[in-house]
Amino acid sequence: MMLGGIDPTLLVASLMVASVPIMLAALGELVVEKAGVLNLGVEGMMIMGAICGFVTAVETGSPTLGFLGGAVGATALSLVFGVLTQVLLTNQVATGLALTLFGLGLSSLIGQGYVGIKPPSTPDVPFGPLADIPELGIMFFSHDWMVYASILLVAGVAALLRYSRAGLVLRAVGESHEAAHALGYKVMRIRMLAIMFGGALAGLGGAYVSLVRVPQWTDGITSGAGWIALAIVVFASWKPWRVLLGAYLFGGITVLQLNLQAAGSAIPVEYLSMAPYLITILVLVIMSSGKGRASLNAPAALGQTFHASR
Amino acid sequence: MFALLGKNPVEAIRTIFWDPIFGEFAFYFRGQLLVKAAPLILIAIGLSLGFRAGVWNIGAEGQYIMGAIFGAAVGLAVFPTENRLIYPVMVVAGAFGGWAWAMIPAILKTVFRTNEILVSLLLVYVAQTVLAKAATGFLRNPEGAGFPGSRNFSSYPAAANPELIAGTGMHWGVVAAFVAVIAAFILLQRHILGFQIKLSGQAPRAARFAGVNPNRLVILCLGISGALAGLAGLFEVTGPSGQISIDFNVGYGFTAIIVAFLGRLNPVGILFAGLLMALTYIGGEMASTTLGLPSAAIQAFQGMLLFFLLACDLLTNFRIRLAQRERA
Repeated sequence: MMLGGIDPTLLVASLMVASVPIMLAALGELVVEKAGVLNLGVEGMMIMGAICGFVTAVETGSPTLGFLGGAVGATALSLVFGVLTQVLLTNQVATGLALTLFGLGLSSLIGQGYVGIKPPSTPDVPFGPLADIPELGIMFFSHDWMVYASILLVAGVAALLRYSRAGLVLRAVGESHEAAHALGYKVMRIRMLAIMFGGALAGLGGAYVSLVRVPQWTDGITSGAGWIALAIVVFASWKPWRVLLGAYLFGGITVLQLNLQAAGSAIPVEYLSMAPYLITILVLVIMSSGKGRASLNAPAALGQTFHASR
Repeated sequence: MFALLGKNPVEAIRTIFWDPIFGEFAFYFRGQLLVKAAPLILIAIGLSLGFRAGVWNIGAEGQYIMGAIFGAAVGLAVFPTENRLIYPVMVVAGAFGGWAWAMIPAILKTVFRTNEILVSLLLVYVAQTVLAKAATGFLRNPEGAGFPGSRNFSSYPAAANPELIAGTGMHWGVVAAFVAVIAAFILLQRHILGFQIKLSGQAPRAARFAGVNPNRLVILCLGISGALAGLAGLFEVTGPSGQISIDFNVGYGFTAIIVAFLGRLNPVGILFAGLLMALTYIGGEMASTTLGLPSAAIQAFQGMLLFFLLACDLLTNFRIRLAQRERA
């Protein structure tokens, strides 16, 4: 079955893969923002995860360790952000930007000797007979374990935020840090943990880009995925399941434009490759205007610096 | 950090910060310093106005590219004609290009309350694809044998941006940068608009009670910073870079963010911060040739500089606040 030179089965299959990095990063950022911290350094953490994961995987030959390495690298970077914003009370916007700039620089510094190397490949999960179902098998059951892990993570975070005490505390800190502090919760510690969690997920997402999606290392490999992840959090109005939806939407657009390029569509390549960014902007506009304004759903203490004065 | 890379840190620091100004090839590097600092200062001045008002324009890189494309397109459209007016018109077109690109987030912000940080940043990627299109498509040199890149402006005197005083690196962009510093200084210190910018950055609610129109400020701040970034782009493309190529932009728009903060959002501070940052660029190039230090190290170093600065800056704020509380 072909539609305009594009195979929809393969399209859905590659969509699942393409949306993993932004989904992971957006999910991490969602938790961070739920705790009331605006970390604009997602792009920097992602690219640090990409290079750390790549280096680890190449050196050890194990993609699993690579993902772990990516998560650790990005968490280390997010710790810098955490210390600066939570302990030294810096401006979150400026610090986040600095984190991105620093991450981009440091990653290309680390990655110097690794350009052009192929990382060990990540095997697909053996689903046995399921993968042999025509069409559906290729669409849903022929991916590596990170694809499924990311979906499970979305479910996990959604359940955690909604049903557990820890999730409630996290949301309380994000809605009103003064009140949470008055109740005796350690605002700074909770936010630190959230930031580290966000860093780890962004790192996983970045590692997925360099280990599975591309798979090799070039400077600036994430090319704005971190910023799209930030936009998805807004798009999802801070709800985990909508992150999944948003990530699939944007992953779909990215894959579709790549496929259209390959299929030799009449639209020039340049216009196709700017499409994901333009559509992100469009979605942001739609979400921020209209009746159900997304910003109404934002954590009330988002981006505010907290200092326990009493 | 330099020690980690296996280089002598003292020597590295000396190569980066000392040799370009006082070393044996200093006569060349001093000129280069101005060339590199001018676009940084121009962009950072514009950004600092926005940052002061709490308007976060981080898409200066895109505005810089669009300014260059617009200005260059005007110049190339009239190609072999020689006229004294061409260059000024190109300058205006460049500023217009950057302004128009910055108006997109500004209008979305004021009409739909869309986050200007994300929009302006995503537009950078769009601008980069437009640039690729320009270099390989509509602005390609028809005599360039199919290579990407536009005609070279240095061989087109009416549109070129040459050194005003040979050997110093002074070109119109440098002049514009100094003018921008002075203008911004006056604006912030002596003009009601500058006061409004500072006020709405520090106390948005108070500003609204005082009759400041936040939408007007958003449009103004983004417009000014966009126009200045566009100017910087035009001066760069007609001068040091010489042509529109796929990657003539070298991240000035992002480095300018560091410059703006390093200069503590103060015009005079930005002037020195821009010079310092230009020094790290040139010194970094030198270090990479003489010491074999990777050029990416400089970028990471610049990022670290910003971290330290933010930490220090806010620590001082913090101390001030404590003192006030004791008085009360």
